[in-house]
Amino acid sequence: MNEIWAGILSAFRLIFALDADLVEITLRSLQVSLTALIIASLIALPFGTWIAIRRFRYRRATIATLNALMGLPPVVVGLIVYLLLSRSGPFGVLGLLFTPTAMIIAQVIIITPLIASITHQAMRDLWAEYHDLLISLNTTNRQRIITLIWDGRRALLTAALAGFGRAIGEVGAIMIVGGNIDHATRVLTTAIALETGKGDFELALGLGFVLIALALAVNFAIHALTKTEREGRW
Amino acid sequence: MAMSMELKDVTVKRRGKAILGPIDLNLGATGITMVIGPNGAGKTTLLKVLHGVERVSDGTIDWAQPADIARQGQAYVFQSPIMLRRTVRQNLAYPLQLVGVSKSEIETRVTAWAERIGLGDALDRPAPRISGGEKQKLALGRALIRDPDVLFLDEPCANLDGRSILDIEALLLEAHASGTRIIMTTHDLAQCRRLASEVVFLLNGRIHEQGDAMGFFANPKTVEAQSFLKGDILL
Repeated sequence: MNEIWAGILSAFRLIFALDADLVEITLRSLQVSLTALIIASLIALPFGTWIAIRRFRYRRATIATLNALMGLPPVVVGLIVYLLLSRSGPFGVLGLLFTPTAMIIAQVIIITPLIASITHQAMRDLWAEYHDLLISLNTTNRQRIITLIWDGRRALLTAALAGFGRAIGEVGAIMIVGGNIDHATRVLTTAIALETGKGDFELALGLGFVLIALALAVNFAIHALTKTEREGRW
Repeated sequence: MAMSMELKDVTVKRRGKAILGPIDLNLGATGITMVIGPNGAGKTTLLKVLHGVERVSDGTIDWAQPADIARQGQAYVFQSPIMLRRTVRQNLAYPLQLVGVSKSEIETRVTAWAERIGLGDALDRPAPRISGGEKQKLALGRALIRDPDVLFLDEPCANLDGRSILDIEALLLEAHASGTRIIMTTHDLAQCRRLASEVVFLLNGRIHEQGDAMGFFANPKTVEAQSFLKGDILL
């Protein structure tokens, strides 16, 4: 219990002292996770919506696969991305291993199925509601997808925040592809793992509370910006 | 420009069972056609076939022009109005946005139509939260805002109060006067008498009678139509 209090105090000290290292790794955590979230959302939101409105031969199998991929083990994703980006791998020439870009790639792979799957479920219900109207208005598939994404944006926000939560708290994959290099690829989660390994539980806990505060702050900020719940249910 | 429609030997089957047809039907380019008949007669299915959103199992539909062009000139109002999760203004604007009408033109037409349907003061209210009568008027306004050649309505006045029914009928007569062909299903024989220029009587997926409204009500030719007009339950 004492260690938890010490951790909370440590978190406050780190925040109020504006520790330079803390600021750096916090900003890098945000940069990596938000970039991954934006890229994953650009892929997953239209894809999840497209699956909801289209009927095609392997649709059920696609949805089942998407749902299964929500549980992708990050360590395995990290390993595969590592092999792809390593010097001997097919993309080794790009020199991306142990860079924030490699960490973003790994996080995109991890969170895209999660966002797409939640999107599909939300859009399936909205499509059932809108189906007859949008068919009758002779809309194109593109117009249908845009309409559903716009009108279902609050549900999609939940999908995006779930993706962000998974990305910001992820450690296995980014440790492998990022390498936890000080001043280069160290982020909050890998720093916590490092400090725990060193036995500095106070600092590790402090960083942990900063991570939780960061995740909450981003969630609140997105809710405030999008006015969720302020306009009530449609 | 309104257009004629012709159905030849059309059948719609679900799970191998015919729910409509086979039917042959000719609809002229003008007028208000009311499709009447008991529950389960196939009225909604016929309307959807005419609109081109229900696939036919057999037979052909001829809209006197290519299907894609014909569909662009059609609008459909559902029995339970489907409201986009947007404001009244955005619901009215939506069909115009789909076809790339300019923002200023959209604003002008939306404001004018909101006044015509009596929702001028409700433009910024969320459409899903307005009353049932207002929703149906909004659905009708949204259908008419693109000046359709043909307007299909599936029992648009079901469950509405008298005031809303009168408002909707007035809008329909206005649309008809400005050249829109109207094809509508109804359970309400009084409404049918008030509005119809032509009646199509459906029973068990078949057309039992088609003709001008006055003749139909004055002198129904089939026993089934006579029974229906008397209020008998038809099986």
